[in-house]
Amino acid sequence: MSSDNKKWFSLNLNRKKKESSGTCGCGKTSGGCGSYSEHPQMTDEEFAEAAINASIGEERTKDGFDQVFDVKMDRRSAFKKLTASLLIGAGAVSTSCSVISGDESKEKAQIDWEEQFKGNYKLMDDDEKKGTVERLMRSYELRTGKNISMSSKNAEDDVLFGYAFNISKCQGYMDCVNACVEENNQDRNSQMQYIRIHEMKDGKGFNFNEADDNYYHEVPAEGHFYMGTQCFHCDNPPCVEVCPVQATWREDDGLVVVDYDWCVGCRYCMAACPYDGRRFNWSKPEVPETEINKNQHYLGNRMRKKGVVEKCTFCVQRSRAGKNPACVEACPTGARIFGNLLDPNSTIRWVLENKKVFRLKEDLGTEPKFWYFMD
Amino acid sequence: MRRLKVFKSLVIDSVDAITQGSKKYHIWMAFLTFMMLMGMYCYSIQLDQGLSATGMTDRVSWGLYISNFTFLVGVAAAAVMLVMPTYVLKDIDFKQAVLIGEGLAVAALIMCLAFVIADMGGPSVLWHMIPGIGVFNFPNSMLTWDVLVLNGYLFLNITIPFYILFRHYQGKESKASVYVPGAILSVFWAVGIHLVTAFLYQGLQARPFWNNALLGPRFLASAFAAGPALIILVLAIIRTYTAFKIDDKTIKKIAMVVTVAAQINLIMLISELFKEFYAPTHHSESAYYLFFGLHGKTALLPWIWTAIPLNVLATVLLTFHKLRNNFRVLFFSCFILFVAIWIEKGFGLIVPGFIPGPYGKIAEYTPTGIEIGVTLGIWAMGAFVFTILAKTAIGIELGKLRYKK
Ligand code: SF4
Ligand code: SF4
Repeated sequence: MSSDNKKWFSLNLNRKKKESSGTCGCGKTSGGCGSYSEHPQMTDEEFAEAAINASIGEERTKDGFDQVFDVKMDRRSAFKKLTASLLIGAGAVSTSCSVISGDESKEKAQIDWEEQFKGNYKLMDDDEKKGTVERLMRSYELRTGKNISMSSKNAEDDVLFGYAFNISKCQGYMDCVNACVEENNQDRNSQMQYIRIHEMKDGKGFNFNEADDNYYHEVPAEGHFYMGTQCFHCDNPPCVEVCPVQATWREDDGLVVVDYDWCVGCRYCMAACPYDGRRFNWSKPEVPETEINKNQHYLGNRMRKKGVVEKCTFCVQRSRAGKNPACVEACPTGARIFGNLLDPNSTIRWVLENKKVFRLKEDLGTEPKFWYFMD
Repeated sequence: MRRLKVFKSLVIDSVDAITQGSKKYHIWMAFLTFMMLMGMYCYSIQLDQGLSATGMTDRVSWGLYISNFTFLVGVAAAAVMLVMPTYVLKDIDFKQAVLIGEGLAVAALIMCLAFVIADMGGPSVLWHMIPGIGVFNFPNSMLTWDVLVLNGYLFLNITIPFYILFRHYQGKESKASVYVPGAILSVFWAVGIHLVTAFLYQGLQARPFWNNALLGPRFLASAFAAGPALIILVLAIIRTYTAFKIDDKTIKKIAMVVTVAAQINLIMLISELFKEFYAPTHHSESAYYLFFGLHGKTALLPWIWTAIPLNVLATVLLTFHKLRNNFRVLFFSCFILFVAIWIEKGFGLIVPGFIPGPYGKIAEYTPTGIEIGVTLGIWAMGAFVFTILAKTAIGIELGKLRYKK
């Protein structure tokens, strides 16, 4: 953790940061996990059929965009799947050796199996990360016939991302919100948005209580100013501490990310976030196939499933590729500034050093890497 | 393998005992079964649609399930109020009551676990939480502490009564040297489960309504009022419908426990109200919402204004010896106290934590029918489990169930 090379004011609460370590069982990415055991009662063909039905079943006929193997539990198949997963376990490998049933179905079943029982991304080594990303891409291809690219790029050394927001410039156009939704493949049905723009009355100061974060009128409205919030990528994120399974964590470049496949959906992190930074997939997220952003990152905008938490990642798929997040690029007024806090020549550093910046709820000790300033 | 044989015969005998009973008993069990089936049906809909089948949203992300979970941890912890005097202080009075109390704790804990699972977005990946196979974020996450202490408490509350009943089943006395250490441990453990559950909320700096040092102690006080109140009601029912003898003295002693806990609870409530309303700050808004509503949003008002008068009335009634010793009044007060605390420590505690939101947004929460169905189903399951346990225990204690060599 980079808590020792701070470039800004911090509350000195004598907080000790421990590098947390966890145990992880199966980080295995290839080759299934059984031995070559023959299933005595079934022929390979029957078994393959049963395994495929159990694990992907109706998804064989499902359309598009569902690259995620949300083991869908509906009334009919909940119990079937529970028992079936044991069954597949016994014979996943023997299935994949049989040449009788369709190769693609078998491959799908194999991938689903490995994905369902893979480990936590945070604890994977680079090969394992590559393995799961490759499986996800292959699976998408098998299901839709289309290709996506998914990255598992790690944090670079000497990078710590930070963000600054110019309150004087923001006019409430919400271009950032739309760009974010498109970039990050957020659920269209529930209109999930990471960014909220708060419309505040002039002369009332930063009065969030009277602000409106859900307006539908022409902007900029007379006598109002605007302020955007999103996940602030706290340097001491309370949401990370509370997660019972370490499904969310702070990466070395300061991004707070979620492993959507590891999250169990307890929503403790949502209760712990003081900034309304997290969103939950209350139902199955849906994005029309044509609108899917196919340039993805495992920790970023890949397709999510029902029942997991997600949040702004500072567009990890873009920022780690040296680009600005979508919101920064989309903002027509230049109110949003993004960059590397450890690079003394970056714009963000210039802002921090030359403007009177402040952060929200600093008293909580969360140390957001998101500053506000005015011209 | 004599023990195994005895165990097998115990299982057979208890199944026998459970499936036989009066007409009222059968109607009761049929009713519970029906409720459970309905709950399962609602849950299957929730599995299918996702948690959007509930009233929860991004703004209020915990609701009825977590509220009930919180409350039931309290009920489970209360068994200890009976365990302590019986096993440790050798207060013979409580002996029969304690088996019932522990049965209640087991049922409450099973309901707790069911509520947590019902609340999860991904029950199919719950194994991520199992230490060893998954990743257990211990000791950072209070939720992992909670998982540990709840399961530990469940284990204690199953083994201790099981040991005693198993001995009695064979017509032997249970050895104090075996169960007393376990009983003492469970005394501390019960306080532990409750504090840890309070810390779950208390530790969140994001939610000022919860982030206050009184939360843990108030949890304890309210639990030690609501739990024994429920035990009194259950004992009253058992006394009427079975041959199991429970002395008036026992009930009066438990009533004493309820009274003291209810009084302490009330004092803490006053202290809390004083802090929130004498010098209201930005952080008092949740309390304002709870008691008076904010900006015309008043969904919780009817609830909390039912709970507070009931709470005060029950405490006052219990405080006077004359009234408390009148069993009609006692049962009535216990009932209203239980309801009041269920409201107050249930969604009166959880929902206002999210309202207003981190930026002052007030979005209200109303549970959906599905959510209520699942909740009722889980309560029915708890009642079902308890009935089974109690029936077997009573059978053994009355000497009806005995191992025949
Ligand atoms: S803003 Fe919220 S979600 Fe984002 S890092 Fe901070 S606590 Fe976590
Ligand atoms: S919802 Fe997911 S990410 Fe959040 S605390 Fe629970 S498991 Fe962790």
